[in-house]
Amino acid sequence: MDYVNSERTGQATLPTAIKILIAGGFGVGKTTLVGSVSETKPLRTEEVLSEQGVGVDDISGVEAKSTTTVAMDFGRITISEELVLYLFGTPGQDRFWFVWDELTIGALGAVVLADTRRLADCFPSVDYFERARLPFIVAVNCFENARRYSLDEVRLALDLDPEVPVMLCDARQRQSSKDVLVALVEHVKRQGLTRRPEPVGH
Amino acid sequence: MTMPDEEPVWLDDAAGPVVRPYAVTGGRAKPANSFNVVALVLSTRSAPPSEVGIAPEQAKIIHLCQRPLALAEVAAHLSLPLGTVRVLLDGLIAQGFVQVNDPRQAATLPDDSVFEALINGLRQL
Ligand SMILES: Nc1nc2c(ncn2[C@@H]2O[C@H](COP(=O)(O)OP(=O)(O)O)[C@@H](O)[C@H]2O)c(=O)[nH]1
Ligand SMILES: [Mg+2]
Repeated sequence: MDYVNSERTGQATLPTAIKILIAGGFGVGKTTLVGSVSETKPLRTEEVLSEQGVGVDDISGVEAKSTTTVAMDFGRITISEELVLYLFGTPGQDRFWFVWDELTIGALGAVVLADTRRLADCFPSVDYFERARLPFIVAVNCFENARRYSLDEVRLALDLDPEVPVMLCDARQRQSSKDVLVALVEHVKRQGLTRRPEPVGH
Repeated sequence: MTMPDEEPVWLDDAAGPVVRPYAVTGGRAKPANSFNVVALVLSTRSAPPSEVGIAPEQAKIIHLCQRPLALAEVAAHLSLPLGTVRVLLDGLIAQGFVQVNDPRQAATLPDDSVFEALINGLRQL
């Protein structure tokens, strides 16, 4: 496919972009996973949120009320000229659900990273994706000194539906991160068309 | 050009600088589109037009998007927030300088061939 024709006539065929979310608590390895499989180091983008009623047409261009900036790390994996995969690390804090809603739209599925030393950190992510009906898998990132829970113990602690895959990973390892993504895509494929993701709306 | 006296709020030390979004968009901070972060942007021309009426950041987008880039990539490369880039795209689309493929409009799950391509592609990385 040649995108660089000068003065294209008509519409060029654009590749299909697939989006996968990488969620989990702060410091669980989201950015590490994005970086270990993506073709470049993780990129960073921001959504700026204004408080309601902010005078955006203020001719001075000066923000009158407070804004909040929510940062997202993401990476790109070019599968082919027709297919590009993007991985988005989701911001961890609950107060950024509106960004999750936005990220969830059009997402294929999500990986919830868990650290067994603080398993509760991933409860909000699990809860969110269940409610959003976005297919997800849980990947337990193996930190040193972490007590080894069995995957069944993790499943039980997270109260996961039986069809939700749970696996071990090391987000620093490219191969391991690839395995996680493959497991997610296979899970989504198995889930088929039985569900439609939708924003949760908080 | 003067800098508005604004104090950005950082939530993460590693976050890049947000470049005066309101200055860049001429104060029109509300985009007409709500493009997905993975909406792909492709320029329809090889270079920005020489005539007036295009912001420097819009010219940069035309240069950047000679190959399809996601909205989020454009924003990251320009160090601008997503919303600001959406506003800039409004203008570029109105002038026919870029085309945007917003997956939000494609409501269905990918078909089996896409799943296979994804799985095989990931395995071969
Ligand atoms: N031992 C170990 N450390 C990891 C692993 N994944 C990430 N880390 C480290 O944990 C820290 C936080 O990771 P980061 O990706 O920034 O977490 P994020 O906040 O979820 O994006 C970094 O110092 C990583 O090097 C892992 O699988 N094992
Ligand atoms: Mg991170």
